[in-house]
Amino acid sequence: MNPNKKRLRRTMMFLNAQKPGLIKDPYIYKPDSIMLDLEDAVAENQKDAARFSLYHALRSIDYRGCERVVRINGLDTPYWQEDIRCAVAGGCDAVRIPKTESAKDVKTVENAVVQAEKDFRREEGSVLIMAAIESARGVMRALDICESSERLFGIALSGGDYTKDLQTHITGTGVELMGARQNMVIAARAAGVQCFDTVYTDLDDMEGFRQDVETIHLMGFDGKSIINPRQIDIVHEIFTPSQKDIIFAEKVVREIDDKKAKGIGVFTVDGKMIDIAFYDGAKRTIELAKASGVYKGDL
Amino acid sequence: MEIKKPAAAGTLESSDCQVTVEAGSGGIEFSLDSAVINQYGNQIRKVAFDTLKNLGVNNVRLTIVDKGALDCTIRARIEAAVYRSVGQTENLPWGGAIRS
Repeated sequence: MNPNKKRLRRTMMFLNAQKPGLIKDPYIYKPDSIMLDLEDAVAENQKDAARFSLYHALRSIDYRGCERVVRINGLDTPYWQEDIRCAVAGGCDAVRIPKTESAKDVKTVENAVVQAEKDFRREEGSVLIMAAIESARGVMRALDICESSERLFGIALSGGDYTKDLQTHITGTGVELMGARQNMVIAARAAGVQCFDTVYTDLDDMEGFRQDVETIHLMGFDGKSIINPRQIDIVHEIFTPSQKDIIFAEKVVREIDDKKAKGIGVFTVDGKMIDIAFYDGAKRTIELAKASGVYKGDL
Repeated sequence: MEIKKPAAAGTLESSDCQVTVEAGSGGIEFSLDSAVINQYGNQIRKVAFDTLKNLGVNNVRLTIVDKGALDCTIRARIEAAVYRSVGQTENLPWGGAIRS
């Protein structure tokens, strides 16, 4: 398995691949991933130019540890195959499929990625895939999509197109996204892949943004797509375990290890009843703290 | 590679450059407009000629209006203009004639 499949992805920042001013130094804001966009952000008559810009940015710019994901054009366009060749040749870490509606869509892209890895002498399996779900049909097939490829590291909700398909619109309350969010995060967890939430487009409403991020964090999402560097700190703050959470998780892990050896199944930590069911969650908190660079312990 | 028709790529936005290519009259004619021509003019010229050499273009009138573009952007815009001039958008030689 590609070791990056499970990496930390709290924030994925969208950047128009056609805009040199945007793609030259986004790493200074420290998003976990950048999403270099060849699709909706790029005008129809600039699709060709965007690829050259993307290729040389990938080859020349040191993104300092930010994961470089490329959003290709849809499978219903004449662009996606050359997009994949360009992205893989440039050295991208992953390809994002827009408008994914079936496992077949993922397999189609996977086949093109495999060929591009061969053509451009990339290590087999080095390019990961993620699938954006943007329709009611895609949401209903989320589990199939999640289980379609060993390369697929996660799925992402694209709220704008999804709400159009649902014949509603983005309200800012999240009510119109509830079903899709719930279905997708359950499917992702069932398949053991990650799940990412849609963008929040009102940059003047940072309080609404914070509430949105808190909601999806509680729902179990791994991160959020973002459109502006101002959104990064809020997402990272909410998705990074607090020192209080970390200390409690350490106690839980140590106590369970200790009590297990003594044959004790149920006990209390800081006044809370704990048993083996808490073990994986506590370990996850510590792993997330490590990945976020805030863990100072020795577990 | 032969320039078939005039073509342009890029914008006049900050960090970008606008590149125009036209068929030359027996060599490379190079024109540069840049606010940083005194500091970076030679470097931009070097990148432009290197890119044309990689593409095998040796008969062209190349015009660059620079707005503070990085080398990688200059290469990208020249290549985009050249491939537009020949009308090729697929099966491009990534890592071959197109390289950093």
